[in-house]
Amino acid sequence: MFKRFLASREAILLGAVLILLALVAIRFPAFIAPANLANVFNDTSPLIILALGQMIVILTKCIDLSIAANLALCGMVVAILNVAHPDLPVIVTLVVATGLGTILGAINGLLVWKLTIPPIVVTLGTMTIYRGTIFLISNGKWVNSHEMSAPFKAFSRQILLGLPVLSWIALAVVATFAVLLTRTTLGRAFYAVGGNPHAAVYAGLNVGRTQFLAFAIAGALAGLTGYLWVSRYAVAYVDIAGGFELDVIAACVIGGIAISGGIGSVGGLVLGALFLGVIKNALPVVNISPFWQLAISGAAIVIAVAFNARSSRTKGRIILKSAEVAA
Amino acid sequence: MSVLKKILTTVAVTAAMVGSAAHAENIKIALVVKALGIGFFEAANKGAEEAAAELGNVDIIYTGPTDTTAEGQIEVINSLIAQGVDAIAISANDPDAVVPVLQKAMERGITVISWDSGVAQDGRQMHLNPSSTDLIGNTIIKLAADHMPDGGQVAILSATTTSTNQNAWIDAAKAVLPNYPGIELAAVVYGDDLSDKSYREAQGLMSSYPDLKAIIAPTTVGILAACQAVTDAGKIGQINVTGLGLPSEMAGCVESGATESFAIWNPIDLGYAATMLAYNIHNGAATTPGSEIPMGRIGNATLDDTGSAAMSDPFTYDKSNIEQFKSIF
Repeated sequence: MFKRFLASREAILLGAVLILLALVAIRFPAFIAPANLANVFNDTSPLIILALGQMIVILTKCIDLSIAANLALCGMVVAILNVAHPDLPVIVTLVVATGLGTILGAINGLLVWKLTIPPIVVTLGTMTIYRGTIFLISNGKWVNSHEMSAPFKAFSRQILLGLPVLSWIALAVVATFAVLLTRTTLGRAFYAVGGNPHAAVYAGLNVGRTQFLAFAIAGALAGLTGYLWVSRYAVAYVDIAGGFELDVIAACVIGGIAISGGIGSVGGLVLGALFLGVIKNALPVVNISPFWQLAISGAAIVIAVAFNARSSRTKGRIILKSAEVAA
Repeated sequence: MSVLKKILTTVAVTAAMVGSAAHAENIKIALVVKALGIGFFEAANKGAEEAAAELGNVDIIYTGPTDTTAEGQIEVINSLIAQGVDAIAISANDPDAVVPVLQKAMERGITVISWDSGVAQDGRQMHLNPSSTDLIGNTIIKLAADHMPDGGQVAILSATTTSTNQNAWIDAAKAVLPNYPGIELAAVVYGDDLSDKSYREAQGLMSSYPDLKAIIAPTTVGILAACQAVTDAGKIGQINVTGLGLPSEMAGCVESGATESFAIWNPIDLGYAATMLAYNIHNGAATTPGSEIPMGRIGNATLDDTGSAAMSDPFTYDKSNIEQFKSIF
């Protein structure tokens, strides 16, 4: 059992994260203080939540490039809503953000399901449409911290049992997904649809509908994160989370989610996101020239993926040979 | 009297009347902006009106296209030429595209200057920059130093490593550092004009340099993110976030005390100065390199070899005036 764990992707990733932490600690010991690690986790929370959404989309052999634009649009909508109605309770904001995110995700899903357009094309289009919509509704103007109400900004940073609400939401989403993907029919359907679509059809699964649900759930998470993001950074403008979809996909790939669908675990994904989060947070403190930082984080991604690819290479099973032995 | 003679006389008389009427009329100065409905330019118009009131015999025509295109500005300028304005002061959407139409205007005796966003040298008599690289570099250090009587460490949080403007300002800032004894520039970091990366870089600065007294961010995304990071870390009063920002965006930071003061060019002064320059050049001020042209209460503009001049130091905003400006731009 323990031996099997050691050889697993999760163990390798965990090792990589620990080695990374150790390396950073040599140059900057205060980085591994528990309070700072909690900070790093909190900072990585939006990435973890979005990457979980992206993960189920990728599991079904699709990809969602519009996830960061969805986040930005939902964030802007709730920010504008908050300026117009400062007394709106936070719970309403949460519902609006998540609801709108679900609708935006469902649009992607419907286009993929009903019109069978390749997901990369659909979401490339909606990504631009969603960003453009932000421009339309905001007139290109920023919503700034002094225009937002205090509870709106306080929600994500409220400390609950030692951790900010943002971190707790990430933990809750992780727990939900762990159950969803291993213990429910829908969760297993995501794997089945991506692993072998033809077999899934024979097994009675509706491939398109499952992909639609994956997009809708990913959209809901993007919407939720949209509010959390705007609340945390206390500013909303057209370009928030610009390029973040690539970070999200990188977290998935590092976490061992096969881009061809059907393979991946919640544990691996969380470690993949944390790996990226540690790099992002460590680079500013280890005093490396900013001109090197991009190359270093890129190299770290490639190395992590290379390790992953080696460990996950499934050896072909020789059916006849084992049949011979049996005989 | 033949018909021809009659017509000629009428034309001559009319021309004489129009001519003399024009002399009695006010000088018409057109303020052409990038697009209507932008707070920054509305504020510049206020300054232009202020200059007009001071001069007495000036009418301001505030105009521009509805979106920020060079085509739109060309149409606007054509109609201004048809209206027979005396001077055009333009903030151009494209430095080259508007040159031909502005040359046409100058051929008709219209004074043409550019301000804020310049026009290529052939298309205007002079250009007014809101400030200069050296003035900005000095200002951002001074903003930090003013609130550090005992000296100490400061750090710069910039946009990307390749941002031309920011890099020039930072170089200028480094050059003036010796004038501020006790102020030590600990680091220059780059937030790529992304709020999340800027926030993280600001956090990094705070943990790498526990004695840091000020974070200077010469970019609007960076200064806001740094302000939020300092606020979240509970270091208001300990670390002063300053740099370049817009009053409408910075109001919250100034209110909370995370930012003592910050700077940006004052659009009101800019509109005022542009109007004064257009008026003086129309009345015969020379626009050769090295000449000085008065800008009313702001002082004199000195033209360089390219016919450009810098207005002044960026204007400083703090608790005392943020309320007034936050609704303007």
